[in-house]
Amino acid sequence: MDKRVLIVMPAFNEEDNIRGVIHGIRSALKGADILTVNDGSKDATSLFASMAGSAVIDLPYRLGYGNALQTGYKYALKKGYDYLIQLDADGQHDPCSLPALCDEIKKGAHDIIIGSRFIKYTYNPPLARRIGMVLFAKIGSFMTRQGLTDPVSGFRAFNKKAIRLFCTDLFPSDFPDVDLIIMSKRAGLKIKEIPVLMHPARNGKSMHSGLKPAYYIFKMILSIAVTNLRRVEREKEEA
Amino acid sequence: MTYRQKIFAILISAILMVIIIELVRRKKLREEFSWLWLSAGFFIICLSIWDFILIKFANLMGIMTPVGTILFFLIAFVFFIVLHFSIKISTLTDQVKNLTQEVAIIKSLSDNTGKGQAWRQGL
Repeated sequence: MDKRVLIVMPAFNEEDNIRGVIHGIRSALKGADILTVNDGSKDATSLFASMAGSAVIDLPYRLGYGNALQTGYKYALKKGYDYLIQLDADGQHDPCSLPALCDEIKKGAHDIIIGSRFIKYTYNPPLARRIGMVLFAKIGSFMTRQGLTDPVSGFRAFNKKAIRLFCTDLFPSDFPDVDLIIMSKRAGLKIKEIPVLMHPARNGKSMHSGLKPAYYIFKMILSIAVTNLRRVEREKEEA
Repeated sequence: MTYRQKIFAILISAILMVIIIELVRRKKLREEFSWLWLSAGFFIICLSIWDFILIKFANLMGIMTPVGTILFFLIAFVFFIVLHFSIKISTLTDQVKNLTQEVAIIKSLSDNTGKGQAWRQGL
């Protein structure tokens, strides 16, 4: 039987972008199911996603990016999907990179494939964000003892083993970025980066705006520290 | 400790304990939380009656007056109970998150197999 793939997109007030992204996914990757996790949007995100042919989970109120993603993981686990690819609904992550991610995870050599915006393509975020990204890439590379260029990328593919791990309460639900990668590494999962194409956020709104970057940096450093202190049960090899 | 101080401390603690027991009786406060408050009240009554324990503590910690020691214990107690609540709130937040996810998933599964899909096909 063909292995089943689910594309998960957390979306918060993305009525302008969601249809375009879903159509992009449809034409880039045929045969994959699409799930939009509507994170308590106040606009027509849910309706537009469903009209474009995506399955939709409507969260009754906003749980945040990480928790919306985890909802997608839990759905995938429940429905028995073999692979999951996540991308943002704001059009930042170009669906044309989906087949590459999908092929790589299907090879079975790795449990997590990270789509890195820095390997092949150029991507120029504002200076402050760039510094943050480089800093976290260095921390991530150091902690995982693996050269990572973009561990904060939200464009990732997982296999069942990774999905199962992320459905537990160990999942860092605020901003699952570097700490998630470190936790996965400690759990014995294999990680690989491949190049993907990313665009600058279309309408300039990122989830890191206002006072959030300060909290983000504080939370991430604390989270990285405690992830390393925490006991993570290593995933048993599947028979 | 003067008699006035003693009587005052005992009175306050006794009132606290009565209020707590009444709240538990009326089901406004869970037994789970009441024991912390009750033990605090009981502790202060004990210290007020046998104030030599208090004086020993005061000497041990370098506090000048026994009343200061009581105040210290009170602050320590309030600190622990607030910490206890923070832990409880964290647990509750996790539980609410998990429930919300579960409910949303179940709801979408029932929608997508029935009404939702039919509606999409009609488009």
